[in-house]
Amino acid sequence: MSEVEVLKPDRPVGIVGYGAYVPRYRLPAEEVARVWSGGHGRTPITEKSVPGLDEDTVTIALEAARNALARAGDVDRAQIRAVWVGSESHPYAVKPTSTIVAEAIGATPATQAGDWEFACKAGTEAFQAAVGFVGSGMARYAFAIGADTAQARPGDALDYTAAAGGAAYLLGPADESLAVIEASYSYVTDTPDFWRRAHQHYPSHGGRFTGQPAYFHHITNAARGLMEAMGTRPEDYTYAVFHQPNLKFPRTVARRLGFTPEQIAPGLLVDRIGNTYAASSLIGLTAVLDQARPGDRILLVSFGSGAGSDAISLRVTDAIDERRDRAPRTEDYIARRKPIDYATYARQRRLYVMK
Amino acid sequence: MTLAGTWRLRHQRYQLQGEVCEKCGSLIFPPRDVCPECEAPAKTPYTFSGRGEVYSYTTVYHPPAGFEEDAPYTVALVRLEEGPMVTAQLTDVDAEQVEIGMPVEMVTRRISAEGEEGIITYGYKFRPVLRRTRG
Repeated sequence: MSEVEVLKPDRPVGIVGYGAYVPRYRLPAEEVARVWSGGHGRTPITEKSVPGLDEDTVTIALEAARNALARAGDVDRAQIRAVWVGSESHPYAVKPTSTIVAEAIGATPATQAGDWEFACKAGTEAFQAAVGFVGSGMARYAFAIGADTAQARPGDALDYTAAAGGAAYLLGPADESLAVIEASYSYVTDTPDFWRRAHQHYPSHGGRFTGQPAYFHHITNAARGLMEAMGTRPEDYTYAVFHQPNLKFPRTVARRLGFTPEQIAPGLLVDRIGNTYAASSLIGLTAVLDQARPGDRILLVSFGSGAGSDAISLRVTDAIDERRDRAPRTEDYIARRKPIDYATYARQRRLYVMK
Repeated sequence: MTLAGTWRLRHQRYQLQGEVCEKCGSLIFPPRDVCPECEAPAKTPYTFSGRGEVYSYTTVYHPPAGFEEDAPYTVALVRLEEGPMVTAQLTDVDAEQVEIGMPVEMVTRRISAEGEEGIITYGYKFRPVLRRTRG
């Protein structure tokens, strides 16, 4: 690979507050198998989270953002100059999710607001932009949120894993932060592994093509590009979080990059909540921050189909200890769990034709 | 509800924003610009914490128009910790789990949607206080 330059803001930037949200309902993968494969075949995860009838990307993003604000403490809402929500399931085709979230958290009217779209990388794309917005001095604080209520064609491989959840990050000055952004690097190509055309209910994907040329190629190059440029190695990181569409992919990519199962275990939530798409790696990071200690280094690598990865290197500060318990931990949401059957799932996902 | 009406109520619906009476100190929700206790003008915004408890409740099996897709659902009178009583749906709870005195917290959820083409209205509902392992 040619020599790469990492992304680094002029002014040091960090995470001032973070928050997660996972809906209450769970669809066991066995239920999908019962309905669609006669109960045969291996399932990619144990169960996935399912949104309630009154939940969507707006409500999920909002609760995650409120948790981030609770952790951040006394932040002047007028100083939040961007509210950016990445998702592939915005409730409106035209009308921003982010204006609703910004209004509800009191960040309006002197703020940027926009919805980001890059499959499962939309959240970290917004995160990178927020780091730049704060790091350039244009904003004191900026919100980057990944949230989704992901769709899957009934019976498809993705029906087992397409889930709902959100993670919100309030970026701000490094000296107010609970984790500082050391550097980041993004790796993007035009790779058609997964897509959804306009007005289609369900996405399409390239089956096995979603693996090597897509997920593995982009995550590996983003992670290696960042670590080579920074001069870091896997053993320098206490934790690593990778995009998690199923259990197998993140475990495999971690092993190939030289990370141990122990380094990825705290942020590997997919077995219990599924693939939360734009929130997937970002919600893994919330679970890591829930248990990280000052001085820990964390490597986060997202993946979005289409395709690309953002690799971000973070260092946790002393502020983590007093802020962590100002909001519910991600495990508190995962522990709140009501299993449902496939028929109830179909109702909650509005798959029945009512008129 | 008209577009303008929905828009006008967004702060009270998204944030539980009511008013405080500068004369007698009463906290008012929903906002009505006149203090129900002392009848003085009251226009100073006050954002409620969202914490409260169930004062009474009922489960709706035959919903009014616009709420058919949500039935059955439970509606409660919630006594906010600051005093006012609010009528709202409960969410993320099974009807048989609801009890008078149950601590609840405000969340923002979809209240209604005008079919597939109209606007989506968001507002407050209440859920059982999330059980936390620490903090």
